[in-house]
Amino acid sequence: MSGVSFAWPGRNPFDLVIENFALKRGERLFLVGPSGSGKSTFLSLLAGIVTPQKGVIDVLGADIAKLNGAARDRFRAEHYGIIFQMFNLLPYGSVIDNVLLPLSFSRTRRARAEAEGGVHAEAARLLETLGLEKAVIGSASAANLSVGQQQRVAAARALIGAPELIIADEPTSSLDRDRQQAFLDLLFADIDAAGATLVMVSHDESLSSRFTRIVNLTDIAKTARKG
Amino acid sequence: MIIFRLALQSLANRWLTALLTILSIALSVMLLLGVEKVRTGARQSFADTISGADLIVGARSGSLNLLLYSVFRIGNATNNITWKTYQDIAARPDIAWVVPISLGDSHRGFRVMGTTPDYFKLYHYRHGLPLEFASGAPFSDLFDAVIGADVAAELGYKTGDKIIVAHGLGSVSFLEHEDKPFRVSGILAKTGTPVDRTVHVSLPAIEAIHVDWQSGARIPGQSVSVEEVRKMTLEPKAITAAFIGLKSKLATFRLQRAINEYPEEPLSAILPGAALQELWGLVGTAESALSAVSAMVVLTALLGMVTMILTTLNERRREMAILRSVGARPVTILSLLVTEAGVLTFCGVALGAVLLYIALIVLQPFIDRTYGLHLAIDPPTWDQLAVLAAIVAAGVVAGLLPALRAYRLSLADGMTVRT
Repeated sequence: MSGVSFAWPGRNPFDLVIENFALKRGERLFLVGPSGSGKSTFLSLLAGIVTPQKGVIDVLGADIAKLNGAARDRFRAEHYGIIFQMFNLLPYGSVIDNVLLPLSFSRTRRARAEAEGGVHAEAARLLETLGLEKAVIGSASAANLSVGQQQRVAAARALIGAPELIIADEPTSSLDRDRQQAFLDLLFADIDAAGATLVMVSHDESLSSRFTRIVNLTDIAKTARKG
Repeated sequence: MIIFRLALQSLANRWLTALLTILSIALSVMLLLGVEKVRTGARQSFADTISGADLIVGARSGSLNLLLYSVFRIGNATNNITWKTYQDIAARPDIAWVVPISLGDSHRGFRVMGTTPDYFKLYHYRHGLPLEFASGAPFSDLFDAVIGADVAAELGYKTGDKIIVAHGLGSVSFLEHEDKPFRVSGILAKTGTPVDRTVHVSLPAIEAIHVDWQSGARIPGQSVSVEEVRKMTLEPKAITAAFIGLKSKLATFRLQRAINEYPEEPLSAILPGAALQELWGLVGTAESALSAVSAMVVLTALLGMVTMILTTLNERRREMAILRSVGARPVTILSLLVTEAGVLTFCGVALGAVLLYIALIVLQPFIDRTYGLHLAIDPPTWDQLAVLAAIVAAGVVAGLLPALRAYRLSLADGMTVRT
């Protein structure tokens, strides 16, 4: 990102300015910052959910700040996997349905997943590597899963079809302390295997040990509250 | 298609509210279609009853009144026509055939009608179907009666049974002609017209039972027995109305005017078809009002559906953020909600139609018996299908309301929705 300047319209006027930020392929970035420092805004910009008023956001060679809404959505489908802190899943779908969701919006990822031996098999494989119990994998409703199980399904969904960039917004914050590191280890294993890049936001610095790079948001971005 | 699958799964997840919405749409559609069915059924039933007569003549009264009491046996004549006047009219050269009828008596709630045997040959209903006898034959004896299919069915009569005719129209009458019983000589096949609910006797028979009556009451001290009556020559003194068939339709208006201007007695002559149209003109406003009301009910049901979808939107913002995060465009989310609305409306319409047909099949015999209204169970016409399609389209359009809101919400929320 260079020269990025973004302001949220509407009720909470909030400015975010990022002069310069670069991320290399395959890096595991741990992004810290206190609440209100604009972590979610940063991720939204990175994911192309919102566009800055000024500046360039170059992802894999494309300036997503210049793309229109539909193009950004397609780009996101093809190249990103996103994990939220909680409530990641569609409650009315099965576990497998949730994992396969991105494949309905991205042809490349669908092809890659097909190549691994069929999309269902690939989804099940990812879920197993992330530590999900076999019985749960076949679950007809994602709504009955525990938080830990839900996060694993969310991770599998982010990873299926091997997108290049994984964005995780506090993915372990709802998990028990002792499970958090284990979850991350499994996630890292899959990301390494796929050669993807990870950007993870968290307020918990104790998790930062396995990351290749730690950045404090206030170092790279300036925020100002208006009014 | 992913949108369709997601829509179905999402609705299945909220199956109770979805079912209630579908049910409310179904009931409103059932009402709309039902009103239409009754409307066309009533018109058809009435139209079917009009016999092949060109003119109907009665004592002077409104044309609707004459039509209703002479053909449909609803209401009463204001006055009678004397036999002499009848003979005068019947002698006119334009006339091909004429059948007189006499009303005023009843049998256990069913009208008794005096007429000539020609009636059974000349009466046609439903575009030319003649009357048929299910059993027995027309009158041969003075005290023979031919009863309609419903009379036989409801009172359990067979050919040969004896019945007593009462004076006046009450189902329970204190004035009965019990001294002169009738014999059922024939039973008519079902027609779906007021014929089914009529007891037909000969004109002399009407005269016979009233021979010792005057002004509606038995003359005290004087009673004429059955044997004596048979020996009398019984010429009717008056009739209630007459059906006229003309040699040429061109003479219709001329004869109508002649009868209306008949100097000896005040008479009215009506064209059955024209009088029926007058009836529909009267009823037309009520029908329109009824149709408008049922259309409003459908709109209300659709609004209920929109409300249902709108109120769940807030809970679903998380869902929309998830879809956006995997690359769904806001248009996708809009389509998802519009599809949900479309599915709900379609199911509601289909269920409504099915429920209507079930109700029709179950209630048709009852309605026929109680109201004499024959509701045909036939497949929907192109017009009705068009109306149903329009309702589904309206449902889809109504779904745009919450869908557009969802569209805007999903754009605004991005990834920052924390539920």
